[in-house]
Amino acid sequence: MRVLFVIAAKEFRDGLRNRWVLAATLLLAGLALSLAFVGSGPGGTVGATRLAVTVVSLSSLSIFLVPLIALLLSYDALVGEIERGTMLLLLAYPVARWQVVLGKFLGQGAILAFAVVVGYGVAGLVAGLGAGHSDAESWRAFGAMIGSSILLGAVFLSLGYLISVGVREQGTAAGIAVAVWLVFVVLYDMALLGVLLADESHVITTGAVRALLLVNPADAYRLFNLASGEVAAYSGLADLGAQARFGAGVLLPVLAGWVLAPLALAAALFRRREL
Amino acid sequence: MMSVAAVRLEALSKRYGTVAAVDGVSLAVEAGECLALLGHNGAGKTTLFKLMLGLTRPTGGRLSVLDEDPGARAAVRVRRQIGFLPENVSFHDAMTGRELLRYYARLKDAPRGECERLLERVGLVQAAGGRIKTYSKGMRQRLGLAQALLGAPRLMLLDEPTTGLDPTLRDSFYALIREMTAAGTTVVLSSHALTELEARTDRVAIMKQGRLNVCGTLAELRRAASLPVRFRLTVPVDDGKRLAQRIGAGVNLARVNDHAIELTCPPAEKMAVLREIVTSGVAVEDIDIQPPSLDAVYAHFRNGEGPS
Repeated sequence: MRVLFVIAAKEFRDGLRNRWVLAATLLLAGLALSLAFVGSGPGGTVGATRLAVTVVSLSSLSIFLVPLIALLLSYDALVGEIERGTMLLLLAYPVARWQVVLGKFLGQGAILAFAVVVGYGVAGLVAGLGAGHSDAESWRAFGAMIGSSILLGAVFLSLGYLISVGVREQGTAAGIAVAVWLVFVVLYDMALLGVLLADESHVITTGAVRALLLVNPADAYRLFNLASGEVAAYSGLADLGAQARFGAGVLLPVLAGWVLAPLALAAALFRRREL
Repeated sequence: MMSVAAVRLEALSKRYGTVAAVDGVSLAVEAGECLALLGHNGAGKTTLFKLMLGLTRPTGGRLSVLDEDPGARAAVRVRRQIGFLPENVSFHDAMTGRELLRYYARLKDAPRGECERLLERVGLVQAAGGRIKTYSKGMRQRLGLAQALLGAPRLMLLDEPTTGLDPTLRDSFYALIREMTAAGTTVVLSSHALTELEARTDRVAIMKQGRLNVCGTLAELRRAASLPVRFRLTVPVDDGKRLAQRIGAGVNLARVNDHAIELTCPPAEKMAVLREIVTSGVAVEDIDIQPPSLDAVYAHFRNGEGPS
């Protein structure tokens, strides 16, 4: 436990030192604030609480940005240290390999959580308090959005370590990280949409679509935030949400599985890796 | 019950593909002993250190380090008692020397106060507040040594510890090693140069292409190498030629010039040759007898004429 904390604390301090924490927080806060102000435009006339609209725009932003930040943090966490030679010394200390992976995950997870909570929190306060009449449900949706954004980030941190332990060079890891981001965040949905449009004879059942949406962590996050409650009405996903009928009880375990499985696999591969 | 050997290697091998980095090495290092590993780059010294630390797994043979298989899960705890200095050590350059040492002290559960003592011991107190990226090679090496000393290790594995150290620092490094071994710490270090090890390590092991070519004290190595002894005689030129002819078999006339000749002979023949010179009646003005240099001994085993 102590070793985990020491490694995690070092990762977080590294993040402070190289301005990663600052940059990620400012980026998220800046974009979230501008969305909060822009978001009040269309919302004001139809009587939506501004906070609910902010949740819609912020979760759309998170789907792109949070995985990107997470992958940028994690893709060279292992291969980079191996290449620079610092891993050799670290592993000569009384530290188990899984503790290195989990410690880095906790430390970089804390960086991400800090950036999301502070960055989005500022925007939420501005939007919520500015409107003056945000109800409890909007605040709940906003809190759930922050929590699930951190979970989404954790998924891509885990994927990043898996990439990092599976390659020999940092450059390869960077390339794969970009590809992973593109596939999960952009191409997967486009491909799914394309297949559905082409599928005129309805070979693909609703069940298959539901399963395909569950498989992608980015879609699970989208369904969790955009397809329930008042928020769904503004996101245009109410129909999909009703069809898919996935509650938090399904979506959150799916996301948690996407955190744990790559992380466990990364730790197992790292244990077998020879330096 | 603890066995006496701190490190025991039995027919240890490590292959990378078809290349044998370590090839059937058997070696035991006693507790409190200082053993030096010598050999070319690529002779297998660094791989041997990695095997001893469990960073890589052997493809053949067995090893135990402080009574534990370094590849086993339980070896994580054993590593608390090991200090390691890698070859060309690299650190997190953005940290200061003091931050780095404290980080490693926390990982090893060593008392925080030890850091200042060690910084002082290696002469880095003044520089400890500066970022490591500003450090010279020698300063990095000293910081590396300081982290290897954290937690009063029972075993120190030092890969090329003296590279980048000037002669003064090198002397104080070996003084430190003497202190450690006197207190019961086992030290295994690697080096390029046999000469700097004279009177500083108990035993020397010379590796060649993954194999242990020879292992013993310097005196044993000299004897085993059986390199020729060199005589340098100052004599008038004609007398010199006459003398060389007279001594005959088993002796080589290495060089002749106007006023001196050089003879070489096997170490066992040394006294016989000397007697021959003295009783020859040739007017030898001066005589100089040179045993083989350590460099020559090292070159002999490194280049593989030794037993294998």
